[in-house]
Amino acid sequence: MSNYRIQGATGEWEVVIGLEVHAQVTSNAKLFSGSATAFGAEPNSQVSLVDAAMPGMLPVPNMECIRQAVRTGIAINAQINKWSRFDRKNYFYADLPQGYQISQLYHPLVGEGSLTIEADEKAGIPEPKTIGIERIHVEQDAGKLMHDQHPTMSYVDLNRSGVALMEIVSRPDMASPAEAGAYLSKLRTILRYVGSCDGNMDQGSMRADVNVSVRRAGEALGTRTETKNVNSVRFVMAAIEHEANRQVDVLEAGGTIVQETRLFDPDTGSTRSMRSKEDAHDYRYFPDPDLLPLELTDAFVEECRASLPELPDAKRARYVDGLGLSAYNAAVLTAEVETARWFEALLSATAAAQSKGEADVAKQASNWLTSEFFGALNKAGKDLASSPISPEGAAELLALVGNGTISGSIAKAVLEKMLETGEGANAIVEREGLKQNSDTGAIEAVIADVLAKNTDKVEQYKGGKEALFGFFVGQTMKAMQGKANPGIVNELLKKALA
Amino acid sequence: MTNLTELTLAEIRGGVAAGTFKAVEVAESFNAAVADAQAALNAFIVTTPEAALAAAAKVDADRAAGKPLGKMAGVPIGMKDLFATKGVQTTAASKILAGFKPEYESTVSQKLWDAGAGMLGKLNLDQFAMGSSNETSAFGNVISPWRRPGDTAPLAPGGSSGGSSAAIAARLCPAATGTDTGGSIRQPAAFTGISGIKPTYGRCSRWGVVAFASSLDQAGPMARTVTDCAIMLEAMAGFDPKDATSLDMPVPDWSAALSADLRGKKVGIPREYRLDGLSADVAKSWDDGIAWLKDAGAEVVDVSLPHSKYALPTYYIIAPAEASSNLARYDGVRYGLRDLPDGANLQDMYAATRAAGFGPEVKRRILIGTYVLSAGFYDAYYTQAQKVRTLIARDFEEAFKQCDVILAPTAPSAAFALGEKSADPLEMYLNDVFSVPASLAGLPAMSVPAGVDAQGLPLGLQIIGRPFDEQGVLNAGLAIEQRAAFSAKPEKWW
Repeated sequence: MSNYRIQGATGEWEVVIGLEVHAQVTSNAKLFSGSATAFGAEPNSQVSLVDAAMPGMLPVPNMECIRQAVRTGIAINAQINKWSRFDRKNYFYADLPQGYQISQLYHPLVGEGSLTIEADEKAGIPEPKTIGIERIHVEQDAGKLMHDQHPTMSYVDLNRSGVALMEIVSRPDMASPAEAGAYLSKLRTILRYVGSCDGNMDQGSMRADVNVSVRRAGEALGTRTETKNVNSVRFVMAAIEHEANRQVDVLEAGGTIVQETRLFDPDTGSTRSMRSKEDAHDYRYFPDPDLLPLELTDAFVEECRASLPELPDAKRARYVDGLGLSAYNAAVLTAEVETARWFEALLSATAAAQSKGEADVAKQASNWLTSEFFGALNKAGKDLASSPISPEGAAELLALVGNGTISGSIAKAVLEKMLETGEGANAIVEREGLKQNSDTGAIEAVIADVLAKNTDKVEQYKGGKEALFGFFVGQTMKAMQGKANPGIVNELLKKALA
Repeated sequence: MTNLTELTLAEIRGGVAAGTFKAVEVAESFNAAVADAQAALNAFIVTTPEAALAAAAKVDADRAAGKPLGKMAGVPIGMKDLFATKGVQTTAASKILAGFKPEYESTVSQKLWDAGAGMLGKLNLDQFAMGSSNETSAFGNVISPWRRPGDTAPLAPGGSSGGSSAAIAARLCPAATGTDTGGSIRQPAAFTGISGIKPTYGRCSRWGVVAFASSLDQAGPMARTVTDCAIMLEAMAGFDPKDATSLDMPVPDWSAALSADLRGKKVGIPREYRLDGLSADVAKSWDDGIAWLKDAGAEVVDVSLPHSKYALPTYYIIAPAEASSNLARYDGVRYGLRDLPDGANLQDMYAATRAAGFGPEVKRRILIGTYVLSAGFYDAYYTQAQKVRTLIARDFEEAFKQCDVILAPTAPSAAFALGEKSADPLEMYLNDVFSVPASLAGLPAMSVPAGVDAQGLPLGLQIIGRPFDEQGVLNAGLAIEQRAAFSAKPEKWW
């Protein structure tokens, strides 16, 4: 139960949120034509006769797009409708060459499903919450108007016209901006795991229509507004925050909420009215007579299911239960499919380099990745994708720590060198003479020297001030330029101070 | 020398193959006939004599080189101006597409060219194939070559494939393409004393054919004989991966299997088609047809198509609904007419372009279609019409348990005079009463000439078959053709 409330002048208000997410299907070709779909191509360079709606042109479904939508449906545990149908949504606009969008109103490809957002105390999500997903249907995207090419006219770029979209419609199950943000992030994660959408919100390949209403606790749903085409998680949260507060202000001032379409302005963080219900189009939906109903075989659906990778929830559970990682590390490592892939490559290489099982090195690898490597990459202005260090290279470094050749603190320095020069860990340690000293005789000599120089502290230690142990360790390590094996130092110090 | 324009498609093909005459001679003869008749009949929107000659020259060269010749080798044809033809103006007889030259060739026309046919020109039609008389063309209506005895009043060639029917009847081409949405091949064939077949929905690709009503539109051949129709349909039909509604079935060799021997076949006579006030001439020709089919060995049985009376209203909901959406692409943005008044915004441009570009009948159907799909009316009209359409299709399924083909008139009357029905759209729509049910059910149906009425004007009989059974339809058509021995032809007055 979310504890998010809007504190109005007259009391508390709850917020009810539903999201319609448009996700561009990852495919080399458009939904109903053979045209390419690359982002950022020259205007009107990826347009077929079908996309331009030339007379007599006909749509033919691209089964790869259908397959991706079905895989997505399976990933959110949804019902797959083996019989679905395309409908035409009719309206006139210059970016819509056919004068209708081919979509699925009456019989969508994917039915009821859900996803679970994780608990996040700080964000006001005390426990995991399941958000219902009503449906996923596939439809065509429209083209794009360009208003900055001519002083008095608008130009039309049809590259995007006909590109396949999945419209993923949630239930109004979210009660705070944080929940909506978590839902959108989780959905994006799943899409990227499945590979059905690249999730690049800044390139418009994922965008959300945000439905918001407010009500007093326990009352019936209020009138909702729909804020169109919001293109980042942060903006979705800001739009909800603004829109919910605006609605409360209107209601508390004695006004009523108009069911309308609104636009979000990222510069001001506010929403403004685009058109009201009265101006809403009558889309005159009807089954597209150019297309037969889409009938899927069991074998097709099974192939879709079998082709799915391990999904984020399953992976996170396995990291915790199977590898013994902390819940936090498991969450961080599974949030992006690239991170998980990197981690698993590291795990496999680390286990091999140390001749151990993956579970035996999982903690070492995950702790190093989350607490050392991400920080170091960040400092170097890089990320995993641009990392000069491969998982195998990192495993080499971890093996040096694991077998006692270098200490953890030396490892940090080696990592920095690796990032700087791209050299391997072994080579750096060798060249710079960073190998850890495990020679007990040499260490004993240094310890004797440290204790001799600090007789007062030795007295205090023996008098019960045991915290001074760390001081002796530090002095010993310092005297040995950090290269002494810390385990042996500890052991010998204890003996010497006994 | 033979008058080449009097020859049938099969005769021309045979003569060219045998070397009796050159394909180029055939093309020249028809080019001359086309040019001679154009002012009087207005059957073509554009003529393409050089295309006809070029195709013919290639056939002659191939023959000389001993290369195999296609099914349509040496046959010049008319192409209904609803088929996109690369580099040749394609208008659907509408001002909104005036001057539009596609950069692509429709699947059906390409198959015909590949089979060795040549193009004499683009044939006139009712605007966007919406009409039964050719009076809705933006390029002036086609005049039928037929006249009532002692009367020069221009007659309708039928519609929408009226340019095709008039041109074939007037011997301007031996064959032509047609398209049939609610009877647009069969009714003009009946009006002009020629044959035409609308195959099973999906037999001929719709790719590159300007759409009227997608779930009904179907291309087919029109010619003077059943055999010619069979040959040309073989060249036009076939699976096309670019049309999702295309039938993925082999194309039978219909012409080779043609047989007028109907022993063992049952012919159904739908009792509901005996409309009150059916003209005596039409009723008599129907009875003649029954007698001929019995003579060919068929057994005649009474069948019922109880939902027939709802076919017209159903058709005039579904077809305009689809058309209202199909024609939305003619918006002045990318091709065709653009009317941009001073200071106009996008909406103004749409309104001006479509007001100027579409004719009254097209506008009427867009309005009807928009209305029946609107919120609040959709279920009452469109959904209801779809249910009735299913019932009509089921009527045929039931009937075909008792018979192999159905025999009925093609149209309720012979050709009417231009202007006679154009004042009242409903009366015009009634012309489709016998042809629309087979369209709604997607069934193969053809019209063959059966005789003339009291005024000497042609009457057609319609044969409707089971899905995919074009052979059964063509065979029954051949049996009628042989017995009707239709030999009337329009006196040349142009």
